[in-house]
Amino acid sequence: MNEGFLNNLWNALQLILAWDTELVRIVGLSLFVSGAAVLIAALFAIPLGTFLGLKNSKWVRYISKIIYTFMGLPPVVAGLVVFLLLSKSGPLGILELLWTPWAMIIAQVMLALPIITGLTMTAIKSKDQAIGKTALTLGASKYQAALAVIREARIAIISAIVAGLGRVIAEVGAVMMVGGNIQGKTRVMTTAIVLETRKGNFEMALSLGIILLVLAFIINSILMTIQGEKDY
Amino acid sequence: MFKSIVKKTVLMLVVMMFIALAFGCANGQADKELILATTTSTYDSGLLDFLIPEFEKETGYNVSILAKGTGASLELGKRGDSDVLLVHAKSRELKLVEEGYFVDRVDVMYNDFVILGGPEDPAKISGMKDVAEAFKKIANSKAEFASRGDNSGTNMKELAIWEKAGIKPQGDWYLSLGQGMGDTLRVANEKGAYTLADRGTYLAMKDKINLQVLVEGDPILFNQYGIMAVNPDKHEGINYDGAKALIDFMVSEKGQKMIGDYKKFGEQLFVPNAK
Repeated sequence: MNEGFLNNLWNALQLILAWDTELVRIVGLSLFVSGAAVLIAALFAIPLGTFLGLKNSKWVRYISKIIYTFMGLPPVVAGLVVFLLLSKSGPLGILELLWTPWAMIIAQVMLALPIITGLTMTAIKSKDQAIGKTALTLGASKYQAALAVIREARIAIISAIVAGLGRVIAEVGAVMMVGGNIQGKTRVMTTAIVLETRKGNFEMALSLGIILLVLAFIINSILMTIQGEKDY
Repeated sequence: MFKSIVKKTVLMLVVMMFIALAFGCANGQADKELILATTTSTYDSGLLDFLIPEFEKETGYNVSILAKGTGASLELGKRGDSDVLLVHAKSRELKLVEEGYFVDRVDVMYNDFVILGGPEDPAKISGMKDVAEAFKKIANSKAEFASRGDNSGTNMKELAIWEKAGIKPQGDWYLSLGQGMGDTLRVANEKGAYTLADRGTYLAMKDKINLQVLVEGDPILFNQYGIMAVNPDKHEGINYDGAKALIDFMVSEKGQKMIGDYKKFGEQLFVPNAK
């Protein structure tokens, strides 16, 4: 009880080094769920964000406001909505997706979608004026001009994806609500941290937190390398 | 360059989908999948990690355990989002059985609740025999009390004791946390606050906290656990056979013996009492 924080930290590091299969599974599922959620969200968000970024009308501004609002959607609310949809007593209960990684992916897509859309939209808007016009002047079609803008804004778009990933891999409310933190099935790093903290196993919880940060660091490093390509 | 990123992204997505499909297949036969909603006390104490693998080995079922509070577990069961429940709020369980949400309810085991507090014991309740009197002293001295505040079985028991004491707990000293047992013990420990806990979770966390048992043994502190199946007529796709198998296992001679044998730090956490 009276050991210091450093002692806790040291024991946590030892736990990481004792890397067991349970830990590998938890980390793997975290990466799978959040990775899939961000990729699915990006597939919809990048075209949508580009479209909204290029357009400038009254209703586009209205939609933007809604998207910006949803960027702050509390994960536990996303979880609650998905839970109510997928529950046996809900409209999609027949699919039997509750308490599966799929349900977790759906909830995280809801969280990542507004962030990636909103940030893509901002990125496109900041490039639109100059590039789009130049491309059109050079005889490009609207579609080609849009592609040119996306290409120019790609660094900001990758940042948007990184921001989306950072949000979902670190959230606990939604995956706890729809996944249920079932051992070997839907337990991810954040829900495991909640469980271990509740059980008073602070060192195990801390070691999971450290792994989460290290993973975030690695992912960000890889993406920043892709971003930096232009500078080489 | 940009196109290649898109290509890589799409490729990764396809790979992910395949992995996901593999996940789906691994879940396998649906009729062997069983969802047990239970309380944090039975899960966090390690009892289920001890019992369930044996049940799975014996019957071939694959049990997913949701560790929520009793209130949340009952709600999940009513909605059809679990197949079987192991909870501790007997009067409420019986009422829901009567209303047709659950079937086959039986007593499984019991332990008791204890009043915990820091070694300073500002309200001087240590050794008292009457819990309601002890609660009165806590309220009168305005010593901090940490409540689960989450509609769990423990929370309902605590509220019943306050009612018996004729006190409406409110004020700065009454901390309604809205958290599980382990979290509540952690907060009470940090604050040196009083709290009501089931003995199982307390014993399981004893080496990590400074809280001590101050009041115990009052009959009102009896804590009965029961198991029941979700009524298969209420929802589609309820694994009633699996639920029945788990109920039978829990009350079987073997299951009961395992419950009695389960020890943490040399102390028995639950006493089997199936009839």
